[in-house]
Amino acid sequence: MTGPVGRVTGGGMVLELHEYTAHELQDLLVAKQITAGEIIESVLQRIAQVDEQVQAYVTVVGDSARAQARAVDERIARNEELPPLAGLPVAIKDNICTQGVATTCSARMLQDHHVPVYDATVVAKLKAAGAILIGKTNLDEFAMGSSTENSAFFPTRNPWKLSHVPGGTSGGSAAAVSAGEAILALGSDTGGSIRQPASFCGVVGLKPTYGRVSRYGLVAYASSLDQIGPLTRDVTDCATLLGVISGHDPRDSTSVQAPVPNYRAALRADVHGLRIGKPAEYFGEGLSSEVRQAVEQAIEQLASWGAEIVDVSLPHTGYAIADFYILAMAEASSNLARYDGLKYGYRSGGDAGDLEDVVRRTRAEGFGDEVKRRIMLGTYALSAGYYDAYYDKAQRVRALIKQDYERAFAQCDVLVCPVSPFPAFAIGEKVHDPLQMYLADVYTVTANLAGIPALSIPCGLTAAGLPVGLQLKAPWFQEPRLLRVAYTFEQNTEHHHKTPPVEESRS
Amino acid sequence: MKITVEDVEHVAVLARLRLTDEEKAGYAIQLSAILEYFDKLSEVDTDHVAPMSHPIDLENVFRPDRAAESMPTETILANAPDQAEDCFRVPLVLDHDDAGPEAT
Repeated sequence: MTGPVGRVTGGGMVLELHEYTAHELQDLLVAKQITAGEIIESVLQRIAQVDEQVQAYVTVVGDSARAQARAVDERIARNEELPPLAGLPVAIKDNICTQGVATTCSARMLQDHHVPVYDATVVAKLKAAGAILIGKTNLDEFAMGSSTENSAFFPTRNPWKLSHVPGGTSGGSAAAVSAGEAILALGSDTGGSIRQPASFCGVVGLKPTYGRVSRYGLVAYASSLDQIGPLTRDVTDCATLLGVISGHDPRDSTSVQAPVPNYRAALRADVHGLRIGKPAEYFGEGLSSEVRQAVEQAIEQLASWGAEIVDVSLPHTGYAIADFYILAMAEASSNLARYDGLKYGYRSGGDAGDLEDVVRRTRAEGFGDEVKRRIMLGTYALSAGYYDAYYDKAQRVRALIKQDYERAFAQCDVLVCPVSPFPAFAIGEKVHDPLQMYLADVYTVTANLAGIPALSIPCGLTAAGLPVGLQLKAPWFQEPRLLRVAYTFEQNTEHHHKTPPVEESRS
Repeated sequence: MKITVEDVEHVAVLARLRLTDEEKAGYAIQLSAILEYFDKLSEVDTDHVAPMSHPIDLENVFRPDRAAESMPTETILANAPDQAEDCFRVPLVLDHDDAGPEAT
């Protein structure tokens, strides 16, 4: 690098490259003020500097990232036209398959036993767009949890306060983007697993409409709820990354044929005339005062910029957690039946026995406590005599929750509410009470049940210096509307310019 | 819903999980509490509501039945815990006595 370039902060500090957004880096790259090699080195240096504390990554692939950066720089030298994410380091949640790079789901079941022989569709699309895979990020084992504490390897720490969780299950991806250890990241969201860590770590996280993004190569947890989405520093990067990963995939029959809009074109800082619904059920008991205050203030700001705030009701919200967990656990018990130690993954070595002995032992040794609990509950809910009372009932209540949204969206264009009832909590604080951990997902799970898109954007910090996220929800396939409101909020506020202290914050 | 250790054992067989006695006792308590919470769905009148299995309307997808190149055998076997003669090697499924042509 020839010298400091680009943005200088208010205090006169020059930013390191790993602190920039993807679109800023790309402008500098195209203007030949920096090289792709310099971007990668800055991010790898940052990982070397802070990941021992943050522990966002399960795997870092520095050498292949450097080689790809050289290839991008050669293309720039030849004045070739660059694809939309050329040279930009991206972190991928470790439940998304990457050819030749171990994909562990932070599970003993797949540790050392699963190097995918193909790329997930989203990974193939990222590579075609020129993005550079820098590593695989930590998660709650098989994406089951809300804090990344259920990783079979180690907990990830919140860059804003290292004694606290980053949220989950995409906690590694959120922490990596927040701490400057990646410029962009992908996560997956089954009941809030992109939005809640985005809110805890002060980054932008989007769960797209179900079917918008191919799930081919995403290790399945609950197939009617899972969706892959972006975690980024700002809304512009979110729009770019969403555009790259969206679209129909013949390999995922649940991905939809609808054309992919130009999401960047939706980024207008203007909410005049938009009706923004405030669902009463999302501001009731259990919402912490600091989160309430930050979200209420954001709503007042949106109103002051010309949006009309409408009171709406989502009357079945109180049943959402029970409904979500019955369905998610039932689907999980079925999806995770594939881990039998026969074709890939861990196989118990113990004393030989017949097939069933080996399968039962393999699963006992390969799965962690939370995964076993969900498999047990899901199996129970699907078993003879209980299917109607749990699984069938939950499918019916799911239809009512979807209807709630249809009725609300007849009255408003976008919904606004908190992401989580509280900011990031201390590591260890909630692990011993699984039901309490489930209840904290109350504001996020309904978007997955209904299949609508939802986004988290930073809207403030608590007195303890922890980020608070604002959640926006839109009707099916209205991501452009969601991005427009988020962009308006971002362009009129300073929250997204704040960065975590990382190393100073351990307490 | 009160879950006994026997219920836990039954479900563990269905789920192909081997549990320790300590796990069984723990799950009996935790599963009872969680299922009791799940029971609140019974408050909702769903008599006239159709079950929803998917967030979007799905249609059967058809494609031409055309042969395409498949992955090489060694690629398919790359992550196998055990293999022999281009096959996944698995524990015994049948007893020696009923295996093989001479036994049939």
